[in-house]
Amino acid sequence: MTLLRFEQVTLRRGGRTLFEGLDLALGAGECLRVSGPNGSGKSSLIRLAAGLLRAETGQVERSRLALADDHVALDRELPLRRALGFWGGAGDAMAAFGIAHLADVPVRLLSSGQIKRATLARVAGSGAPLWLLDEPLNALDTDAAERLSVAIGRHLSLGGAVLAASHQPLPGDWPVVELGA
Amino acid sequence: MIGVLILRDLRRGFTGAAWLPVAFFLLVATLVPFAVGPDAPLLARIGSGVLWVAALTAALLPIDRLIEPDRADGVLDQLLLHGVAEESVAFAKVVAHWLSFGPLLIVAAIAASALLAMDGQSLARTELALAIGTPGLAALAVAVAALTAGLPRAGSLAGLLLLPLAVPLLIFGAANALPLEAAVSLLLTAGAPFVAGAAIRAART
Repeated sequence: MTLLRFEQVTLRRGGRTLFEGLDLALGAGECLRVSGPNGSGKSSLIRLAAGLLRAETGQVERSRLALADDHVALDRELPLRRALGFWGGAGDAMAAFGIAHLADVPVRLLSSGQIKRATLARVAGSGAPLWLLDEPLNALDTDAAERLSVAIGRHLSLGGAVLAASHQPLPGDWPVVELGA
Repeated sequence: MIGVLILRDLRRGFTGAAWLPVAFFLLVATLVPFAVGPDAPLLARIGSGVLWVAALTAALLPIDRLIEPDRADGVLDQLLLHGVAEESVAFAKVVAHWLSFGPLLIVAAIAASALLAMDGQSLARTELALAIGTPGLAALAVAVAALTAGLPRAGSLAGLLLLPLAVPLLIFGAANALPLEAAVSLLLTAGAPFVAGAAIRAART
């Protein structure tokens, strides 16, 4: 079963062609890392996969998905548990990312690393088969990076798929698609 | 989901500065007697018009908090991924925005009418017109907030956009032409979610 498929996708932004005729497919249990220098269109590819951007030409098919990018999208004045609860809650995922003890702390008091853990926990707790992660290692310490790779491993073994954009290698064995600058 | 969104925006409105537009409204109503002098018959005659101008400017105040924080924070993106259409988001924001300033404004108008020496009958007429017109005003504010979200100096631009578009509401409201007022308000309320929805989509980069 294919969870994400790009067919001959071209993306142009601000008059610049970021990529042309891109094909990729992610099936159950598969992961893929999008790599490339700054400005090569990694984040745009993630947003395109999420349906937040439109392709100039080509087809994108996607299943139900969850996205973690550098936007917090949590109400800053609420305690973390309630802020995550607005999006359906993260439940066990909060413990998996080591933020269960922060459940009653207002989001505005959390550090950027803790907030990053929370956005990843939202994705992990969403139940969506396809995870889109934009620079998932940003602001994470080694402990959190380890927890992320465990969570990804479990997700893949349960038949999920992960598309991650990152200029640095991710822990584990990832096929890479390289975007030019 | 729309109900959840309305509750969320209401909570944010009331934990934030919900009293600010109302305080502004009362302040404008207080300034007018100082500006034109304590001439009760004159104040009574212009009272309903003053209340309308005050309501219009008060509705402008929270405009930069309606859409922009959610756009910048990625909330609008996540809502789309959760299958909520932009139009539904905008509709929820219109309802929540009206609930957070409309009823308070209608109550504050009672106090303001005393400052403007308005009699009971003209107060009742103005209150009815405000009740009919403020939903249109809230809808217009959300549409303008969506159109200007993310732009530099969005606040001043929003004022330039909103005030001319609110002129029909002002004319029919102050003249107490209630059927026309209701028609304009209905048109704005029905149309604004689509304008705001398209603006949210277009602003996505």
